[in-house]
Amino acid sequence: MTAVKDAGTLSSRMASADAAVTQTKNIRSRSLGHRIVTVTGPPVVVFFGFVGVWYIYSALVGETERKISSPYPHDVLDVAFFTWANLKELLQATWVSTKVSVTGLTIAVILGITFAVLMSLGRWVERSFYPYAVLLQTVPILALVPLIGLRWGFGFTSRVIVCVIISLFPIITNTLFGLKSTERGHHDLFRLHGASLGTRLRKLQFPAALPAMFTGFQISAGLSVIGAIVADFFFGRGEKGLGIKIRDYTSFLETEMLIGGIIFSALLGIVMFQIFGIAGRLLTRSWHESSGAGNT
Amino acid sequence: MSTAATTTAAALSFENVSMVFPDGTHAVDDVSFGIRPGEFVSVVGPSGCGKSTLLKIASGLLTNTAGSVELADDNIGYVFQDATLLPWRTVQKNVELFMELHGVDKAERAGRAAEAIELVGLNGFEGHHPIRLSGGMRMRVSLARSLTLQPPLFLFDEPFGALDEITRERLNDELLDLFRRENFAGLFITHSIQEAVFLSTRVLVMSARPGRIVDDFEVPFHYPREDALRYDAAFAELSGRVSEALREGHE
Repeated sequence: MTAVKDAGTLSSRMASADAAVTQTKNIRSRSLGHRIVTVTGPPVVVFFGFVGVWYIYSALVGETERKISSPYPHDVLDVAFFTWANLKELLQATWVSTKVSVTGLTIAVILGITFAVLMSLGRWVERSFYPYAVLLQTVPILALVPLIGLRWGFGFTSRVIVCVIISLFPIITNTLFGLKSTERGHHDLFRLHGASLGTRLRKLQFPAALPAMFTGFQISAGLSVIGAIVADFFFGRGEKGLGIKIRDYTSFLETEMLIGGIIFSALLGIVMFQIFGIAGRLLTRSWHESSGAGNT
Repeated sequence: MSTAATTTAAALSFENVSMVFPDGTHAVDDVSFGIRPGEFVSVVGPSGCGKSTLLKIASGLLTNTAGSVELADDNIGYVFQDATLLPWRTVQKNVELFMELHGVDKAERAGRAAEAIELVGLNGFEGHHPIRLSGGMRMRVSLARSLTLQPPLFLFDEPFGALDEITRERLNDELLDLFRRENFAGLFITHSIQEAVFLSTRVLVMSARPGRIVDDFEVPFHYPREDALRYDAAFAELSGRVSEALREGHE
């Protein structure tokens, strides 16, 4: 090491030494092709296995049973997906259910964050409200649905209320957990520089809570689709969503369409779940540990 | 025990300061010392002796239960053992944080942050997130962040304690360099005697809890201090005396 330290060279020497450290981390692991095989491969195999078992089952149950409850997969595709009038019916029902669950989820997100923030601000707020948040989660939604229907009718409003109730809890708990997970040292830092509560919330706690919040949104997105379909199924009136259609198909023994309805319900849930997953990752990928940013 | 004369011009002065926590833990007992502007004072002591408590009291994070603390200026730099960077902010944005909290406007923030980043040798890393930096680099970002407010007094709470030996020595050199150029006063907590002697103008030795100051060593070596000093006989001799005082205080 040089005796008299010139600041300029000292700094650049340090920087280049550390740059070397970062560089070595930059080696990409495995090829894209390899990743596709290892990541996408296994679930695809399981899928084909499932379809295979389905075929065997449909073949074994015999003609009558096959007509009533166990059509071949290709029959389902023919009727529900390759016949435009039927597909259109399912798409319309899916759209109705989408509107309900997205509205419900939006309200749940706003309410959930508000409650979580209030709970994070005061222990007594948390103590007062938390038991009821748990209650929301533990009361079987089907037990509440009739009451909601009687009070708010059997239309859009009631369906949305069901969605809100079913999806509120994960948002509250995950957001609250995220807001409280901020390190003590960070709080000290903000306090030392006279930051107000609002500033701390905005610049420290919210960004820190983002990953947990999005986990909550993701869980709730799936739940709100369930809520929309359950409410629909139970109320059975008004604009026809997937729930009503599923009920109708059951009563008319249109099994291919019933399975089509189930597939669309699942797809809606998956899409909603994934949207929040991707949004969350996009927002936090450059810095969050789980994103693997440190290794790329 | 020798206590430094505290003058009104002191950057920081402790006058018979004691700290008893609500749970009865007697952390600090009757501590008095002063730090003059431009002085770099290290405190060594066994772990759990209340060294960090001293800094928390000096910064106002904790309020002492007895005695008085005086600061020449409320603007102090406080560097924790952990770099405490905000992981979602880039290096640039992390360095701007304190200025943001103090309402410095955007253009000035950018300029002062660039200067501080230059000072700690992190040019080219402005857009990196902390997750992509090494431990030493994170510590430098933490230093740069405090430098932006140009505090006349810095408190260091074992800032390099978690780093490996080589990085630690490198950062010691760099810190000395900053200390000479920025001319701040420093109060440096460490459990490394070598680090304390190498950096400081004075070394205070604390006893086991309740922490008292049991010794006060002037460090006679001139700045700039070179790496070779670490292997100097006089350096070893002084380190030995500090070590002895530390052992006595531990009993």
